[in-house]
Amino acid sequence: MRHKSLAEFGLPMELAEPHAPVVLFDKVCLAFDEKVILKNVTFDVRAGHTKIFLGASGAGKSTILKIMLGLLKPDSGTVWVLGHRVDEMTETQLMGVRHHMGMVFQEGALFDSFTVGENVGYKLYEETTQPLAEVRLRVEEVLGFVGLSEHIDKQPSELSGGQRRRVAIARAMAAKPTLLLYDEPTTGLDPITSVTIDDEIIKLRDLEAVTSVIVTHQLRDAYYIATRSASRDAGGELQIDHADEVKVNEADFVMLKDGNIHFEGSADELRGSTDPYLQMFLS
Amino acid sequence: MIGARQAWLTEWLKNALLEVQEYVKLCVLALKGSVSRPFYARDVMEQIDIIGLGSLTVVVLTGFFTGAVLALQMGMTLDQFGARPFVGRLISASMIKELGPVLTALMLAGRVGSGIAAELGSMMVTEQISALRALGTDPIRKLVVPRVLAGFLMCPILTVVANAVGLAGGWLIALTQLRVPSGVYWSSVVEGLFIQDVWMGLIKPFFLGFVIVTIGCHVGLRTSGGTQGVGRSTTNAVVAASVLVLIVDFFVTRLLISILFR
Repeated sequence: MRHKSLAEFGLPMELAEPHAPVVLFDKVCLAFDEKVILKNVTFDVRAGHTKIFLGASGAGKSTILKIMLGLLKPDSGTVWVLGHRVDEMTETQLMGVRHHMGMVFQEGALFDSFTVGENVGYKLYEETTQPLAEVRLRVEEVLGFVGLSEHIDKQPSELSGGQRRRVAIARAMAAKPTLLLYDEPTTGLDPITSVTIDDEIIKLRDLEAVTSVIVTHQLRDAYYIATRSASRDAGGELQIDHADEVKVNEADFVMLKDGNIHFEGSADELRGSTDPYLQMFLS
Repeated sequence: MIGARQAWLTEWLKNALLEVQEYVKLCVLALKGSVSRPFYARDVMEQIDIIGLGSLTVVVLTGFFTGAVLALQMGMTLDQFGARPFVGRLISASMIKELGPVLTALMLAGRVGSGIAAELGSMMVTEQISALRALGTDPIRKLVVPRVLAGFLMCPILTVVANAVGLAGGWLIALTQLRVPSGVYWSSVVEGLFIQDVWMGLIKPFFLGFVIVTIGCHVGLRTSGGTQGVGRSTTNAVVAASVLVLIVDFFVTRLLISILFR
């Protein structure tokens, strides 16, 4: 599977190489009053790869996603997303970068006055000049992708928690983003529904070549996403199997503790770590 | 003890100044958003329907009974001077210059200000505002500008309705309770009005409508703390908007008197 290069999205040439960093955090610090949230956080996310942030509640995981999207500004340090220095951009300038990004919020954050179809097609209806018929087709396509085609005219309140998360994923992917951010996508869901959401994340990453940044404290889901891959067989049937070693190594785990990066490495390195904090977290 | 009080006062002043700064910023952004693209015309129409038509019943009832009770009270007072036929003059002067705009604005502060604060507050605490930004939409343009334009345009129209219904309420009481003939009442209404009064009654609601809606938006967009925070924001929006309506009314009246009655 060839990963989409950034050049295909009209983004800067220096980041156009496949697997070039899509996100770069350099010594990022953030504090709210006396409370330090992030301390000198440095990492990158490469195109087509998956970055999984783990950590206890309040460790700063969701804050990292909000900084990537430009919803929060760091106190110091630099943040590059898709070739743009987002920590220096105005809200208007950020809209251009966000056009290539999608975010799945913790509780879905669906617009409760809109139907499922209107939620999914929101960005295309409101922020593009695409004809309505084309938007409707795209909405049906992405709802089909997450297996919710029959719910297109329902209100979000009529859906279960898992279905709402899948609608949120459909909404985030509708405008074909390069980079998708997931904030606790499976928190509060039962294990079976969680696997359905995990499968959607894997499908998007492997079939749509979307770079993924996932914040979670559900280790089981994190390992599942890191160690599985999606493909279609000759008949077009979707298959989710154990990933090969190369694919597994494309998923990085980052453990945050007290605003610092406590660990960064692959799934195997995380499993094999003898660090007491990691041991406690893994157990 | 004194040190603690000073610290508390400093903190309170800092927070108050921050609120004022954020409110002014929101007003500037809303004004900029009203005259630049993207402009969400469909949302403006939707808000005109919600704020304008939705508030019609409460404004009509308020206007009618205010006019009616004014007629009853003034009828009694005017009787002492044998001046009952002049009741229309007093009702038109007080309704059109002052009571129409202020009571309509207070009703809107209760109905519209609270509704906006609760709606935007709920969107804040459920991350729908962040989702809007993540989807590339500016919440000021999408949510604030349509509400501000609708409030700015509909408050004067609702005030005119309240004034008309108030005069009708006064007429009904004058006719049935005070036994003042219709012709006498309506000619008294017209005689009691100067063109400057009409201008004052028409200009003030633009300011009041703007204040009510911007306060609702400001308080709503600064909501935090879950459902409890939404409740707190709703109360704060009504209280702040109601008090500001009276304060702004005073200063705008003072300004208009100096301009119109020179």
